[in-house]
Amino acid sequence: MATIVEAPPVAPAAPSSRGGLWGWLTSVDHKKIGIMYGISAFVFFVLGGIEALVIRWQLAVPDGTLVNEEVYNQLFTMHGTTMVFLFVMPVSAAFGNYFMPIMIGARDVAFPRMNALSFWIFISGGIFISSSFFLGGFPDGAWVGYSPLSTQSEVIRMDFWAIGLLILGVASLLGAVNFITTIFTMRAPGMTLFRMPVFVWMQLVVAFLLAFSLPLVTVGLFQVILDRNFGTLFYDAATGGDPILWQHLFWLFGHPEVYILILPAMGIVSEVLPTFSRKPLFGYQFVVFAGAAIGFLGFGVWAHHMFTSGLGPVAETAFGLMTMTIAVPTGIKIFNWVGTMWGGNISFTTPMLFSVGFVAMFTIGGLSGVTHSIVPADTQQHDSYYVVAHFHYVLFGGAVFGVFAGVYYWFGKVFGRMLDETIGKWHYWLMFIGFNLTFAPMHFLGLNGMPRRIATYGDGLGWNYWNFMATVGSFVIALSILVFLYNAVRSYRSGELAGPDPWDGRTLEWTTSSPPADYNFAEVPVVEAIDDFWYKKYGEDEDHLPVRLDTNPLDPSASAPQEEFHVHLPSPSYYPILLAVGIVTLAYGFLWLPVGYLVMAAGLGIMLWAIFGWAMEDIDHPMGDNGHGEGHADDGGGDDAEAELVGTSSEGAE
Amino acid sequence: MGSHPAVKNAVTSHRQRRLRAGVFVAILTLVLAACGTGGAQDGLSPASERASNIDGLFRLTLIIAIVVFVLVQAAIIYTSFKFRRKKGEEPRPVKQIHGNTKLEIAWTIAPAIILAGLAVPTVQTIFENAEEPVDALEITVTGHQWWWEYEYTDLGVVTANEMHIPVGQDIALTLTADAGDVIHSFWVPRLSGKRDLVPGHENTLTISADEVGLFLGQCAEFCGLSHANMRLRVYAHEPADFDAWVESQLAPATVVEDSEGWELFVNKGCTACHAIDGTEAEGGGLNPGPNLTHFAQRDTFAGALYDSTEENLSAWLANPSELKSMRPDLNRGMPNLGLSDDEIATLVAFLQGLS
Amino acid sequence: MAVAHTTSGGLDIRKTAMWSFLASELMFFGALISTFLLYRGRTNGGPDAEELFDIPFTSVSSFVLLMSSLTMVLAHNAWERNDQRQLRLWLLSTAGLGLVFLGGQFYEFSTFVHEGLKLDTSPFGSSFYMLTGFHGAHVAVGVLMLSAMSILSFRVGLTKSRGMNVELVALYWHFVDIVWIVIFTVVYLLQV
Repeated sequence: MATIVEAPPVAPAAPSSRGGLWGWLTSVDHKKIGIMYGISAFVFFVLGGIEALVIRWQLAVPDGTLVNEEVYNQLFTMHGTTMVFLFVMPVSAAFGNYFMPIMIGARDVAFPRMNALSFWIFISGGIFISSSFFLGGFPDGAWVGYSPLSTQSEVIRMDFWAIGLLILGVASLLGAVNFITTIFTMRAPGMTLFRMPVFVWMQLVVAFLLAFSLPLVTVGLFQVILDRNFGTLFYDAATGGDPILWQHLFWLFGHPEVYILILPAMGIVSEVLPTFSRKPLFGYQFVVFAGAAIGFLGFGVWAHHMFTSGLGPVAETAFGLMTMTIAVPTGIKIFNWVGTMWGGNISFTTPMLFSVGFVAMFTIGGLSGVTHSIVPADTQQHDSYYVVAHFHYVLFGGAVFGVFAGVYYWFGKVFGRMLDETIGKWHYWLMFIGFNLTFAPMHFLGLNGMPRRIATYGDGLGWNYWNFMATVGSFVIALSILVFLYNAVRSYRSGELAGPDPWDGRTLEWTTSSPPADYNFAEVPVVEAIDDFWYKKYGEDEDHLPVRLDTNPLDPSASAPQEEFHVHLPSPSYYPILLAVGIVTLAYGFLWLPVGYLVMAAGLGIMLWAIFGWAMEDIDHPMGDNGHGEGHADDGGGDDAEAELVGTSSEGAE
Repeated sequence: MGSHPAVKNAVTSHRQRRLRAGVFVAILTLVLAACGTGGAQDGLSPASERASNIDGLFRLTLIIAIVVFVLVQAAIIYTSFKFRRKKGEEPRPVKQIHGNTKLEIAWTIAPAIILAGLAVPTVQTIFENAEEPVDALEITVTGHQWWWEYEYTDLGVVTANEMHIPVGQDIALTLTADAGDVIHSFWVPRLSGKRDLVPGHENTLTISADEVGLFLGQCAEFCGLSHANMRLRVYAHEPADFDAWVESQLAPATVVEDSEGWELFVNKGCTACHAIDGTEAEGGGLNPGPNLTHFAQRDTFAGALYDSTEENLSAWLANPSELKSMRPDLNRGMPNLGLSDDEIATLVAFLQGLS
Repeated sequence: MAVAHTTSGGLDIRKTAMWSFLASELMFFGALISTFLLYRGRTNGGPDAEELFDIPFTSVSSFVLLMSSLTMVLAHNAWERNDQRQLRLWLLSTAGLGLVFLGGQFYEFSTFVHEGLKLDTSPFGSSFYMLTGFHGAHVAVGVLMLSAMSILSFRVGLTKSRGMNVELVALYWHFVDIVWIVIFTVVYLLQV
């Protein structure tokens, strides 16, 4: 805890380089962190996808023999865990990190080092869980980790799972606090809450959902770990423990989690549809309120995951009716997206295709969701392939389509070159066909009595045909991902140059250069409307049609070398990654007690070193002279000083 | 370009509408009919009152969902084609419409009304299906990793995996699992929805069968290693046939106490886990296995996974985990007893004699 | 300088972060307390709340923790007046009272263990130790932060212009205190 006035001698020099490997490892730039989140998420996406392909290959025919039950159970557990916690969540953090600050006209998030810490804790948690493969096998208790199955397994697999999720939870909580603070306090002048892009709104709702729901599963995970390692009796029915408690704690988190996964994609789609329809989002306030309502209601419906656990008819009725109400705000969103396209001048670029695909496929997932709220019907659907079909329509047809819409929309902004449109359309149509071929049949399979999470199924039950089709579909999806990877690599190297505003965009990120300068904006923008950039480009004629204005509303950095603008930025730091290494060391040590106590001690030592260094770090390494006053210089808690740097510029707003 | 485009359009759109409606009804009928496989585990072929209640409710919901689906998808497709920019066309300025409050209210209220309509039969069915059965046959179902134990509480019959019931009578199931076990879920799709068996809890579920026949089911809550192999069968009989079955189950076990097979059964420790009623084999213990009193009456074994043929039984006794993944080292499932071929043959004969 | 660069609605950046963190903590303790309420009667043949709890003793230690909130307020006050001497005094008193509370908890735990309630005795024991243990850990973290601030105030002084650490720690400390009031009421007073 030092001050500028008297930097103690213990404080090492902050890393000076912003480039190269060290530049990435020590970066506190929200854009670099966003890119790292995105790339790691895609690596996990591919891993989770390979797991899915093995699963589908096994189930292509009855009595499959590719893998045995032991391996199969590990595969579907890791497929779910990976896709939820290591792909969709971080990929939405990737978009949030990269674009949320730019879209509100900020130069970084509120706590840049904490942001880096979130990422490094996430990646250590991901590596921690995945490393179980080499250390006794993947977790095998399903992604919901129901007790007492999760506390029963004598091997350490489920410890890997529980501790790994705790680590990932810390990363998400830090991220959520950071995002809430950033959105509440760092918006550019004039960027009132109701001028924020819907994408930012959805990130805000997600941050709140994370902050309120993560602690609940955290308590459950601690109980599992204590039961497994210290003989507590939370889930031991023999002594009065209750396995159902876990289901409540898990789904109190798990249902909001579903919205944590889907709302960012809804945000992306709410940006893409207006841009390519050349119209504002229809019913902006309604879309925002619907998003918030979905988040709020999401806390009141958790028990609809437990309709077969014996809640009793009264609770079943209450939760069934609550669940139905969620369809209302969801419907509002869908209708407003169609309303956005209505009367527009739509260009079907790849991001637009993915967005329209999102709306169409998510509708199917939403409707099958309504059938779950019909409690008696749900007692047939629950834990059958019908449920698998439902949530893949929501999370793949929804979230993943939304993610790819975002990738195609913003790739040019992030990397300076556009993804190829022709290959992109191949990608889209292959994925669209493969997706429907894989998951639509699962509706039938579930209704025809096929439970989920089974390694093999018997012949003669009428499931063979659709299972085979689903397997074919899954490989079509895999092909579409290969097409995408080819497109990404090719376009990154030699794609068409993006320029600042390739799509004739409506929001602030399109005023910056592609990729944006380290400091995002040379001049902090002053916002006067929703879709501010659009209204700075276009006026209105007497028929209320937009007319291009003769102005240049781009940020000055879009047309001049970045070095010309002396904008003060927080320095890079070693300590976030060091702290994350300390945490994961501690976690590994815990798995092999009592020998592990030494490892744990080492982990704690690293953590203390990192925390001390973090507090002492001289974070005031201006890139250029900015003449900030002494007012900002305190740090103490760690991040506060950096917070004020952002937004302090030589050119400043007025 | 026709001379009266408006008239022509009206005619085609009327025809199209009728055509569309026809296609729609056809598809709907097709979908609803084609969904069912008619298989013994098919949830869309209900064979009991409660399962039919569920099925009817689901089909009602499905029809509404399909109507909404068609409307929304039609709106998306229509909008996409009507307002798309043709190839090579320059971007055209369009009115910047921000919304319409009346529309918003309309599409908030409309789904709410539909849902309210759906809520009524839903709540009715919840309470209907939860009604206490009258004159029911009571069976306690205990889920084990990875097989089912049935105890006919009033009749004194204990059996495994294969449940026998009389047609037309309510069967009141009490569902539970041992404290050291995990959660399972009892699911026979044609007879009812599923319900969990939770250690330390007693859940109830009422099933019944309207017709004589074999109904298949399996565990629906992931219960560890051999979850996929925890299957079950329900045989529905005419009441007289059912009574005969009960009588045969209550008959004393056909065990010759000093036969070679019995000696082997005792000496190899089978009695530690498996009970044969009326003998010193009481079973239970740390790792309870199915009651074998009338084993030869069952069609299947090992969680209803295999037919009880001599070949299968021999393979099973030679190495149980080869046929079904288990963890006998953790007291879950049958251990390999290291039997010789002769011993296996003797034991198989013994088991097949347990009629 | 001094033109507002951001639209923040007057929210302070670090306080916003602390408040959102504490909101999350509230859910954490909510889940712990719910677990305890579910398991309070499940003693598995071990000792129950009535046999174990020594209300007068815990009342005193609760009072001590309550008083530490008062000294925290005084510290905050001194910091606002930029009175380093008083600030130090009250920071250290707060930390000291926190330590007394922790000592009381340690004594209580060891008595309970002696009387037969361990982590693995019953769901009641498991949930009791988990809840009060996590609360104790929060107090301990608070004591650490208070000590660090006191050391800083000796070395460089904690002026108002140099940040809001005192205010943040105060927020955290009051939160931990309030949670204890709830725990004391729900766990101790309502059980006996």
